Amino acid sequence: MATPVLELDNVRISYFTRAGEINVVPGISFALEQGEAIGLVGESGCGKSTVAFSIMNYLGGAGRITGGRILFEGRDMATMSPQDLRKIRGGKMAMVYQDPMSSLNPVLTIGKQLMEVPIIHRGAGEKEARERALQMLGEVNLPDPEAVFDRYPHQISGGQQQRVVIAMALMAEPSLLIMDEPTTGLDVTVEAAVLDLVRNLRRKHNSAIVFISHNLGTVVRICDRIGVMYSGELIEEGEIGNVFRNPRHPYTRGLLNCIPVLGSDKHSAPLVPIPGQVPPALNRPRGCIFAPRCEYVEIGRCTTDRIPTFAVPDEAAHRVQCVRSEELPRHRRPTGSVAAADAVMSNEPVLEVDSMKKFYHQTSGMFGARGYDVKACNDITMDATRGMTLAIVGESGCGKSTFAKVLTGLELATDGTVKLESVDIGMTAVEKRPREIKRKLQMVFQNPDSTLNPSHSVGYTVGRTIRRLKRIGGSKLRQQTRDLMATVQLPPDFVSRKPRQLSGGQKQRVAIARALAGDPDLIVADEPVSALDVSVQAAIINLLLEIQSGRQATLVFISHDLSVVRYLADRVAVMYLGRIVEFGTVEEVFSPPYHPYTEALLSAVPVADPDLQQKRIVLEGSIPSPTNVPLGCPFSTRCPRHLGEICDNVPPPERSDANGHRILCHIPLEELAQVEPVFQRPNAAE
Amino acid sequence: MLRFFAKRLLDLLITMVAVSVIIFLLLEFTPGDVAQKILGPFATKEQVAILTEELGLNRPVWIRYFEWVGQLLTGDLGFSTTFKVPVNDIIWDRLGSTLRLAAIAFLIMVPLSTVLGVLAGMREGGKLDRSISVLSIATTSIPEFASGVFLATIFVILLGWLPGTSTLSTAGGWPIWTQYVLPVTVVLLYYVGYLVRMVRASMVEVMTRPYIRTAILKGLDFRAVIWKHAFRNAMITPVTVFLLQINFLITSLVVVEIVFAYPGFGRMILEAALAKDYAVIEAGALIAVFIAVSTQVVGDLGYMILNPRIRFK
Amino acid sequence: MTATTSKASGSVLGAWFHRISLLRESPVGMVGAFIVVFWVVVAIFAPVLSPYDPNETHYDMLAFLHPSSQHWFGLDSSGRDMLSRIIWGSRTVLIVAPLAVGVAYLVGCSLGLLAGYYIGWVDVLMSRITNIILSIPPIVLFIIIITLFGPSVINLIIAFTLIAAPQIARLVRGITLELRERDFVAAAKMRGEGSLYIMVVEILPNARGPLIVDLCLRTGYTIIQIGVLGFLGLGLPPPTPDWGGMVNQGYAQLFSYPHMSIFPCIAISSLVIGFNFLADGMREISLRD
Repeated sequence: MATPVLELDNVRISYFTRAGEINVVPGISFALEQGEAIGLVGESGCGKSTVAFSIMNYLGGAGRITGGRILFEGRDMATMSPQDLRKIRGGKMAMVYQDPMSSLNPVLTIGKQLMEVPIIHRGAGEKEARERALQMLGEVNLPDPEAVFDRYPHQISGGQQQRVVIAMALMAEPSLLIMDEPTTGLDVTVEAAVLDLVRNLRRKHNSAIVFISHNLGTVVRICDRIGVMYSGELIEEGEIGNVFRNPRHPYTRGLLNCIPVLGSDKHSAPLVPIPGQVPPALNRPRGCIFAPRCEYVEIGRCTTDRIPTFAVPDEAAHRVQCVRSEELPRHRRPTGSVAAADAVMSNEPVLEVDSMKKFYHQTSGMFGARGYDVKACNDITMDATRGMTLAIVGESGCGKSTFAKVLTGLELATDGTVKLESVDIGMTAVEKRPREIKRKLQMVFQNPDSTLNPSHSVGYTVGRTIRRLKRIGGSKLRQQTRDLMATVQLPPDFVSRKPRQLSGGQKQRVAIARALAGDPDLIVADEPVSALDVSVQAAIINLLLEIQSGRQATLVFISHDLSVVRYLADRVAVMYLGRIVEFGTVEEVFSPPYHPYTEALLSAVPVADPDLQQKRIVLEGSIPSPTNVPLGCPFSTRCPRHLGEICDNVPPPERSDANGHRILCHIPLEELAQVEPVFQRPNAAE
Repeated sequence: MLRFFAKRLLDLLITMVAVSVIIFLLLEFTPGDVAQKILGPFATKEQVAILTEELGLNRPVWIRYFEWVGQLLTGDLGFSTTFKVPVNDIIWDRLGSTLRLAAIAFLIMVPLSTVLGVLAGMREGGKLDRSISVLSIATTSIPEFASGVFLATIFVILLGWLPGTSTLSTAGGWPIWTQYVLPVTVVLLYYVGYLVRMVRASMVEVMTRPYIRTAILKGLDFRAVIWKHAFRNAMITPVTVFLLQINFLITSLVVVEIVFAYPGFGRMILEAALAKDYAVIEAGALIAVFIAVSTQVVGDLGYMILNPRIRFK
Repeated sequence: MTATTSKASGSVLGAWFHRISLLRESPVGMVGAFIVVFWVVVAIFAPVLSPYDPNETHYDMLAFLHPSSQHWFGLDSSGRDMLSRIIWGSRTVLIVAPLAVGVAYLVGCSLGLLAGYYIGWVDVLMSRITNIILSIPPIVLFIIIITLFGPSVINLIIAFTLIAAPQIARLVRGITLELRERDFVAAAKMRGEGSLYIMVVEILPNARGPLIVDLCLRTGYTIIQIGVLGFLGLGLPPPTPDWGGMVNQGYAQLFSYPHMSIFPCIAISSLVIGFNFLADGMREISLRD
């Protein structure tokens, strides 16, 4: 066999801080052949990015490889001279980064930044470098490479920026490409297009790829092999199909049980969070690092010595770091219904939104002479009954967060009505809403780092909210604060903690406790789990379900993640450019007839199941700016089922069936119902 | 771009009008009668009355304001009671010598603080960074009059290498250029430290940016990373600050001008103020504000040139 | 971790102790803190420490003003003991500077919070006024105010506030603009908190990091300014012992009696270095949290 492109041999990586050495990666080994792609997955802090940068021999000032060897094409990176290292970096080994906007130099044109690569690595002249840059820009499917060449990074969209970074990485035809969360932060349809691009280019350039991601679905799209990392160790590694079909490590199984997969929901396949937390790198347990959280742990055997790697019998190149792997039963996703999923939905309407519009007036020119409207929410009609989970999905800029702001009174509706238990609140700012209304409607915010005031203790935040909304104090207040902490499953002594002493999931629990302080009838949750790791996400989703069923509250759940929505919603509204393009029960929305946008959205979701067949519909272009909404159908500029001029110029009719499933489209429902479902499970698999 | 500058020029005009009103009113409503203030405490009641009549001081304030503005616009800055000459005869000369001092200081200050700041900021926490940082904090902490005293004690009294006064006359036997050495050094000590810290902070910030990592992992060597990728980004903020120094310099040089008896603009304003010479104060203050506001506009221009995000919105 | 109590006062004190204990890791900050504490102690115990009355003229020594065994730092041109004047001078500067900075902070923080929180016309108006004041060079403003209204502590504080408050307001406004968009502010609105509560309890405490650093820098800068005014003859009226004023009196005799200028110059420089080193240490710490 030829020398592997990359070989990591028991590599140990540490960061050196004032607190001393923090050993982030205790020892990792894997190899990669030419043209092969391996996906490294794991939750935040598991060391996957550290491994990526250590391969480039770039760990910043504090990081150091303290053991083992990294061999690139047989040469040890650690003993290389700085000149040789520079030749390899960007030449034979290139990287694609997580945040493309900040990875590109804001003051240099894209062309200049691209041209540097052939100039350094091939000694190319200006003209040659320019040609090569234009050629690569074309190869990553950027429309009008000449124009992009002269632009600055801020003048192109996020998806285009990532294409530029990919072009830059491939400029010198590297034999190894390292991609560190290349699609995190991009919208689903853009992400899907970038992943398609990577897949095609991979075939063409035959580079080996190390693909780092927290999203198992993206790995399935790109890679042949997958490595699961936990607390700095590669606990399981093998071919994608093998690892997904027959996961041998309890952590891999736990991870898979946390991820909602399209096609299953709270009634059929509950999410099971992994108990406990990842141990801090300074304080790893002896023996198996996963032992404290493992349901199969055997004290003694698992908790004494470091666990060696075992080969899984009958499966080539499937390795697992678990002493009990052969004894474990075959993995099966838990089935059945979450107890909380069977909440009784009454017919009593809690929220009724009718033709709600929210326009922002933008002025331009001197003295605001010329003005135009940004139609953030346009003609929103929907309703939710007591105990129901209503999900609103859409990509960034679709108006879903503006909708939440109008509900909560942080913004005012421009037109239409928003009724909470028959009281119109759409035009009443939160400051002017009576206490009773504020008590009834509370919100859980997206960003765990901004949701709590860093200067206030958890107890103060929760207690103050109870006092303001319920006007109680003294021992009763303390009692209720304790009760709420218990409801969100936090220890009572957390009341004295400050937000910086909490993890992301814990902060979000506190935020939920705060939202529950007034026993609300309607909880608006704006992407409450999107910043969290999958295992924490599963726990928070279950918590929301439990609370909702226990209290008979209505939940408006805003999300861009269709898998999560499929799992937990009862009804779904799909938004695009300020309009609801499809509305119905979760089953209706996730099967034909689809709105063409819903269909494209579903086809773009990366699914962590290699056996599920997914139709791919490529969406061209990006979402138009809300200042420049098409005259006819909002989706007409990108629609793959575009009929012709009628779509561009005539606003589409709302077509609805007897059950109230509505689709905003020129194509009749019957025709849309003929469409092949996006997901199909081949019978052979089960 | 053009609209932007039209807007900035309008701002400039509004500011100038506002400042002229403030200064006029400030002098108008200070304790004591204006004529009395001009004539001094020993003037008789009759003299005050005559002057009041002569200057038209018994007419409404706003009429006198417009008269004053009208005079200024025709180039008549009034008559200086301390220097006993028309203000025009002294103010431009003084402004010129201050500008000369400021220009020399500025031309040394900018490259010096840029180089030191970049050197310190490119490797945060390194030995070079620590020494440059501590030294620059220390020099900005020493008031100009104090460093003037220290330097004069060493180079004038102990060593006798340089003149202690910079009157710009060769009567004392010192060539003119030697008279600039100490004032310029004192100014540099005070300002360079501050600017070095600005450049350093900006540089440190830029060096942590992901695009610097991109440049390194592209295979560029460290020099190219610094000069091609870090430097221009790091200069965006400091350029505005650099230009602001011009306006601070012109007036703050007063301390240096006093220490070294340099015939400058700031010293003129101080002397006029101490002698309640209103014409000079008014004209001097307006000129100072005009320079300040114009440098701000130039600063914005520099910011726009360096930052394409502003240029192409 | 600090021992945090749920009582607000306890945690504020705790946070301060925590911050100060962190300072140990910044050598520059420690040096700064040491110098500042030194001068504060000198100012507090001035009556005990100073060998003579600072305003007493030693007629017997008028012929020999140089430092001697009786008068370590020598005498000034009026025959007063320099050491005693420097010791008492620390009191003047350490009372006037913090007072001026305090008043400027009170005004600046209020204006900055209002402008940043309400935005709209309040902000436009305040930015306009701020820009106009900031366009007048500080030294010119000082000269005009002090010469017209006379040198006194009150006038000094008014002048300082006029100059510093717009700068502080600008800083606070920037921080407020950013913080008001945080979700915890929305959450506070949703439980019915008033604007005053949100500004003072939700926003202001989170601005403390940059404000503490600015406070130290500004105190140092104010001490320089007080010194400069004293040096220009616009300082506090005699016979108040004032370091800048002492240089003003002694400077003319630099050739014959350098000690009259050098000692007060060393005093003021060291105090300002102390504050600026302290600010640097604080900044270093605040970056770590």
